[in-house]
Amino acid sequence: MSATPPFDLDAGWRLHPQVALRPEPFGALLYHFGTRKLSFLKDRTVVGLVRALPAHPNARAALQAAGLDDTGRYATALATLAASQMLVRAS
Amino acid sequence: MTSTRPGRLVDQFELGLDAPICLTWELTYACNLSCVHCLSSSGRRDPRELSTEQCKAVIDELEAMQVFYVNIGGGEPTVRADFWELVDYATQHHVGVKFSTNGVRIDEAAAARLAASDYVDVQISLDGATAEVNDAVRGGGSFAMAIRALENLSAAGFRDAKISVVMTRHNVGQLDDFKALADTYGATLRITRLRPSGRGADVWDELHPTAAQQRDLYDWLVAHGDGVLTGDSFFHLSAYGEALPGLNLCGAGRVVCLIDPVGDVYACPFAIHEQFLAGNILRDQGFASVWRDSELFTQLRAPQTGGACAKCGHFDSCRGGCMAAKFFTGLPLDGPDPECVRGYGESALAQQREIPKPAVDHSRSLPLTPITRRPKRACDVNPVRELL
Repeated sequence: MSATPPFDLDAGWRLHPQVALRPEPFGALLYHFGTRKLSFLKDRTVVGLVRALPAHPNARAALQAAGLDDTGRYATALATLAASQMLVRAS
Repeated sequence: MTSTRPGRLVDQFELGLDAPICLTWELTYACNLSCVHCLSSSGRRDPRELSTEQCKAVIDELEAMQVFYVNIGGGEPTVRADFWELVDYATQHHVGVKFSTNGVRIDEAAAARLAASDYVDVQISLDGATAEVNDAVRGGGSFAMAIRALENLSAAGFRDAKISVVMTRHNVGQLDDFKALADTYGATLRITRLRPSGRGADVWDELHPTAAQQRDLYDWLVAHGDGVLTGDSFFHLSAYGEALPGLNLCGAGRVVCLIDPVGDVYACPFAIHEQFLAGNILRDQGFASVWRDSELFTQLRAPQTGGACAKCGHFDSCRGGCMAAKFFTGLPLDGPDPECVRGYGESALAQQREIPKPAVDHSRSLPLTPITRRPKRACDVNPVRELL
């Protein structure tokens, strides 16, 4: 996989409008109807975080609200989603 | 397919999901071509094929189950009179459509219509990078027909069509040519494995890639894998070493399945045989109930032992290979894949085996070519006299 640019935790983010999220026992499936790419969220905490993003002015606030201290780990997961256009900046 | 994080997601998938990730839906057994390796032995329409309303009910279920997209095929799906109506119905109900076609109906108007939609993807089947290689398998004129469809799509501004190629002994050497062809039309190359299913059973021995060609194919995929789609078709080649991009597992009845034109649900598109029949959407209270409750799928989702392959050091990468490929070459399901890269398949094939008879066959018994010879003499009596 190519290098992923760092995730801007101070920006607001949300799922791309063409992305559908399907909850699964292991986490969730994401499908992007525009790029026709499928991704997997392998853990329910990330699923909760991704769903909570639009309710917060920035990703850092969403992490804090969810009580997630390991910012680096989750920022990496979010960066991967942003790189594949699953997540976009909230306008 | 991409995974956001590597790991043992495969283990989750092998136990099955509440709904398929995607599924193949063959809309009709009717086809204008009669490819020698047709997986579904298509040709003639089946009078029991699902009606428009029944198809729409299937789409409603897929929407409720959040199946993101269906791979529509056949037969030649575009020859159904309600094809476009069903495509529109699916996309309006949040079920994306990828459809496979030989290109027969992709004229300028169809191409323009496709270019206007964000939710429809097109796969043009082509089994040779030249007319000579392609038409030997798919029939005279089929190369020109596919190229015309690609030209129409490209001219209409349709971006990123797929060129779908079944790899055979005669086209493995054309991989670079296929890639160049795809680039010409702004398309993406998709290559899949020749399966001994349907009419493929009759030609598999002569057409499947040789062991040396399999190695070439693997090396080519490792070098070009990122830009080429495979539908996870070649996971059995992962035993060469590096895993190929994708899930690398058999998804049959676990994350994929097939709905056939009469509503029968099979474990995968390569397994149209009663042994892999899970149920019927009309008889068994709809697709969701077949997916969730069928005995066959429950069995497939149980932990598998790996049988004779479990002892092999490569089992973790190839998972014993393709169930359908074993079944239709008469090999035991818990043994090696016929194209096992360690060579265990070859020795298994050399032993006595019984190839199962196809259970469903819609091949045309008469050729479609019009008779141009004049009759030798006029009929003495009207041949349809008794019908009048």
